[in-house]
Amino acid sequence: MIYRFFEGIGEYFLFLREVFSRPEHWKEYYRSFLREVELLGFSSIALVCFISLFMGAVVLIQTAINLDNPFLADSYIAIAVREAIILEFAPTIVSLILAGKVGSNIASTLGTMRVTEQMDALRVMGINPASYLVLPKIIACLIFFPILVIFGMGMGLTGGYLAGDLLNLVNTEVYLSGYFMEFFPHYVTYSLTKTLVFAFIIATVSAYFGYKVEGGAVEVGKASTKSVVAMSFSIILFNYILTDLIL
Amino acid sequence: MIRVNNIRKSFGEQDVLKGIDVDLYPGKCNLIIGLSGSGKTVFLKSVLGLHNVDSGSIEYDGRMLGDLDKNETKKLRQEMGMVFQGSALFNSLNIEENVGLPLNFFSDMSLKEKSERIKFCLNKVRISDDDFTKTPAELSGGMQKRVAIARAIILNPKYLFCDEPNSGLDPETAIVIDELIHEITHEFGMTTIVNTHDMNSVLEIGDHVILLQDGKKTWEGRSEDILTTDAKSVVDYVFRSKLFKQMRSALKK
Ligand SMILES: Nc1ncnc2c1ncn2[C@@H]1O[C@H](COP(=O)(O)OP(=O)(O)OP(=O)(O)O)[C@@H](O)[C@H]1O
Ligand SMILES: [Mg+2]
Repeated sequence: MIYRFFEGIGEYFLFLREVFSRPEHWKEYYRSFLREVELLGFSSIALVCFISLFMGAVVLIQTAINLDNPFLADSYIAIAVREAIILEFAPTIVSLILAGKVGSNIASTLGTMRVTEQMDALRVMGINPASYLVLPKIIACLIFFPILVIFGMGMGLTGGYLAGDLLNLVNTEVYLSGYFMEFFPHYVTYSLTKTLVFAFIIATVSAYFGYKVEGGAVEVGKASTKSVVAMSFSIILFNYILTDLIL
Repeated sequence: MIRVNNIRKSFGEQDVLKGIDVDLYPGKCNLIIGLSGSGKTVFLKSVLGLHNVDSGSIEYDGRMLGDLDKNETKKLRQEMGMVFQGSALFNSLNIEENVGLPLNFFSDMSLKEKSERIKFCLNKVRISDDDFTKTPAELSGGMQKRVAIARAIILNPKYLFCDEPNSGLDPETAIVIDELIHEITHEFGMTTIVNTHDMNSVLEIGDHVILLQDGKKTWEGRSEDILTTDAKSVVDYVFRSKLFKQMRSALKK
């Protein structure tokens, strides 16, 4: 079991080496990259915004209830909400959601291509399937996930503000001004760095699971499930490591 | 000509190819026949280089597969076309893009030349212009096979491989596909290798027939001879069906 685990890690790095072997036909890769941005990125905007909006609202309600103290200005609530969303909720929750949506999509797409011999078809043509199919996906995720997380932050903060206003939990003017107090841009950098690492994990781990599928449709489904477990596990683990290292 | 010298291939404990020697000739349909599980697909993929063989060698007109450098391998790959058992069309691309993908990678043609070439190949396999922008999922199985053939011949290959091109098709469509492969082979002088267990194809288009049984070549010859030969392997394989038994005895008389 433990042996299997380390064997898997080894295979994963061999796979990465194949993925990053130098592509020769940039134009085709670029075209495929644009397709991936649409497929993996644009299609997730609405979901990310919806989730972030409500996440922000919940964070505000909980914080406001816990800090319900006449000596504490509402701007402090705003600061607490802002830090929670920027540091943790936007990057980590959004990445976990994307692991479920985008990651499982990558794993099942590649798995299907494997079992229906589409990968062999590429190899016969002299095209390296690992590089041609996976590299554009990795780059699309690396570029687009930070954008999604920024959307997530914006919507989270908006959600917090709206909930505070609608439920009359805070004085909105004071609260709003709190969003701009003691702001460390460094926190946003930290958060986006985390996102980049998560994006890389999502794209490569799911691609690895999809790429090595053997068998048929059932195995594709299993690989997709396994990849989501592996991605969630890695994201949580790296979240801890990065927070320890950077913050 | 493709020369296959004594290739062996095993998966784990299971020996699938047990030393096969065979020459595959240009301008001819070389048919590999045999029961399901006899190793036809593994043989084809080994010849293509999709499986690494355990021993033996494969020679493409004097070029030894595996001994070539990166550029030579790339050039050889462009001379190969393959039609897979399940068509293996890329389902994220439409028909035109599927057929045109090798062109985008490996030719310097202008856009106009490319679309002319795509149209030529698709019309050759009798796909009409209305279907060019459909996705593979919107086509019938027989049409998918034909698109796969168009994709395989788009770069004018010298070597065409087909893995059961007419399995799962009705007899009429199967004949259309067979005739198409035969026609293309003779028109362009390709070295065509076809896996099949359809005796109809064997008699229809088999210029050179190779019988695989349990990972070994047990008979080789012209399709005309297959009905009259006394070789035990052929008799066992082909004449299990009543129809062929009757045909054989009629021919013998
Ligand atoms: N990737 C693989 N790993 C392990 N065993 C394999 C693999 N591919 C094929 N085999 C085994 O090799 C044997 C021959 O399989 P192959 O696919 O070549 O048969 P076939 O002659 O093409 O049959 P069919 O007519 O049904 O397509 C089978 O017993 C199969 O189990
Ligand atoms: Mg087969």
